[in-house]
Amino acid sequence: MYRYDEFDHQFVRERTNQFRDQTERRLSGALTEDEFRPLRLMNGLYLQLHAYMLRVAIPYGTLSGRQMRQLAWIAGKWDKGYGHFTTRQNIQYNWIKLEDAPDILDALADVEMHAIQTSGNCIRNVTTDHWAGAAADEIADPRPVGELLRQWSSLHPEFSFLPRKFKIAVTGAPHDRAAVKVHDIGLRLHKNEAGAAGWEVIVGGGLGRTPMVGVTVRDFLPQHELIGYLEAIMRVYNLHGRRDNKYKARIKILVHEIGAERFKAEVEAEYARRPHPATDVEERELARIAAYFAPPAFEKLPRWSASFEEAKLHSPDFARWAKNNLGPHRVDGYAIVNISLKPEGGIPGDATAGQMRVMADLAERHGNDELRVSHAQNIVLPHVRKDDLFTVWQALAEAGLAAANHGLAGDIIACPGLDYCALATARSIPVAQSISRKFADSKKQDEIGKLKINISGCINACGHHHVGHIGILGLDKKGEEFYQITLGGSSAENASIGTILGPGFAGHEVADAIETILDTYLKHREAGEEFLATYRRLGPRPFKEALYATA
Amino acid sequence: MPLLKNNVLTPDSWISVEADGDLPGTGDVIVPLARLLRDWAGLSARGSRLGVRLSNTDRPEALGDVLPRLSLIVLPFPAFNDGRAYSIARSLREMGYAQELRATGNVLPDQLQFMLQVGFDAFEIGERFPLETWRKASRQMSLAYQRGLFRRGSEAEIWTERHTDAEPWLEQPHAG
Repeated sequence: MYRYDEFDHQFVRERTNQFRDQTERRLSGALTEDEFRPLRLMNGLYLQLHAYMLRVAIPYGTLSGRQMRQLAWIAGKWDKGYGHFTTRQNIQYNWIKLEDAPDILDALADVEMHAIQTSGNCIRNVTTDHWAGAAADEIADPRPVGELLRQWSSLHPEFSFLPRKFKIAVTGAPHDRAAVKVHDIGLRLHKNEAGAAGWEVIVGGGLGRTPMVGVTVRDFLPQHELIGYLEAIMRVYNLHGRRDNKYKARIKILVHEIGAERFKAEVEAEYARRPHPATDVEERELARIAAYFAPPAFEKLPRWSASFEEAKLHSPDFARWAKNNLGPHRVDGYAIVNISLKPEGGIPGDATAGQMRVMADLAERHGNDELRVSHAQNIVLPHVRKDDLFTVWQALAEAGLAAANHGLAGDIIACPGLDYCALATARSIPVAQSISRKFADSKKQDEIGKLKINISGCINACGHHHVGHIGILGLDKKGEEFYQITLGGSSAENASIGTILGPGFAGHEVADAIETILDTYLKHREAGEEFLATYRRLGPRPFKEALYATA
Repeated sequence: MPLLKNNVLTPDSWISVEADGDLPGTGDVIVPLARLLRDWAGLSARGSRLGVRLSNTDRPEALGDVLPRLSLIVLPFPAFNDGRAYSIARSLREMGYAQELRATGNVLPDQLQFMLQVGFDAFEIGERFPLETWRKASRQMSLAYQRGLFRRGSEAEIWTERHTDAEPWLEQPHAG
């Protein structure tokens, strides 16, 4: 894992002091709320429905046990004893007092963390594959580039007042777990015919009101050109992105309006025009960072673990959890543990301070001191010996963290919705809870198999409903919440935007509607066919007929 | 309007002229880009210094061969969160422009350091904040990660500092 050096420490401390000064000026009245607003947003502090919300950056979703324990401590000291893990691999605290915010930032700085640029019209926290460094299918760990981009984008003077927020995702594996095609910029590492690695640069994807899949502006960018090329893209966007309407201000609209070809030409012209300095400093910096991400010293273990197999035979609950919640590790004898933060009837992504401490302990004892936050709002222990899995599972079960629904119907992604958010038009959490109760029967979930359900409480789409296999969008119709259902979305390498099925449903009808859709799937699927594949084969018709026939 | 340069208030002797306004007999003038390009022959024959006022949508490349003959470029911030002038400023510096680069409009202390870093060296600051607030704001951060920025005094470039035996990033023009 990356560790701060003296420069990183000093940078974050100076930034925290700067924010303390700004907060004091606001509290004394020297700054108006209008003047203070952009300053607090640049430090992740939003004013929500009931209180301030602080969004803490978890760069590329990677945490140590010590950092997770500090997040737990902050939740206990300054919030109500819990935190909410988000779809951008961050954590949010929902009950913060303005005057406490500088102290919280200091407590974060103590463990090499911050809240810089988790909000505002700037480059946001860079996200990546939550299985990075552990996945069996990976070409290279994308996190060194993630860290390079974190540093480069931190307080970038040219790109801190962009037309709109800007999100970058990086993946080093062919199976895309980072949704790079639906980001403002997506970077995908791949190899050319000569076996050299380079980056595919994808621009203009996004969700929100106008969901779009990004276009490739460079097929194969050599790694040392990355920073220079990204600066050219950012400059074209900063100068030409729309500023007259905030709903048309994302880079996807610019790419769409001027066309992919002209956009590419603008970027290439800007890139050619700028000074092209030697990039040996960037290369050395990347090498320096990469050393921190060297793989841990894995033990040489047999692929087959006798104790693991035996535990599965004795405990059907453990066997079921192992079947659903483990991912294939690149090293024999190890597994990736996915901890579901989606218990039946729970709030997706929420964890109590106590649960955070349990996860921190497990990471330290059994997981090379590493945790990841996934964009599906779950926590990952990337490196666990198969021999330790039963012990880990028992500790998780005791803490209420052993929901065996990873990747299944109960593993629902949901935004905070109208329970917290000032922008929401409908509640998300109660809908997620009703669906997870509907599918509480684990046999039914297993029978349905791999499924992504995503819920957003407004068209800004923080719950990424457009790319859910089943997407649910909460809207307001004359003061009543109602929910539109879309089918067929995906954020993986075969990305697609879901299609609206038909008229919406009242909140209490949604879970039944989802059940009807899934029963229809079970009736029509071919052997081994997942929901998305069946939908793509059949289209919306049978689902529409089943849902609306009786109405 | 007081002008902040090198952290001190400086009198502004420039005369701003509109697109079709009358030119004064003598004195340094600032004109909009269209007029500069249209009246170049007359303006450059005046024997005094010339400045141009760009809008947010003017392209710095449009200045072309005229750029080395300019003594002042004024860039607007119609709102503090309209960040186009940051890119235009840095572009102009990258093109080798080394004379005064002035920020006007909604210029606020908490953005001052960013403006300095992309190459601005003069600021129309109004009277909303005391001078001490501006001075403090100009040195809030002593470090930056990005290379190829414009720095003063003790400000350090982190990546360059970490790898001190590497080549310098680019020849930095001295602003102001």
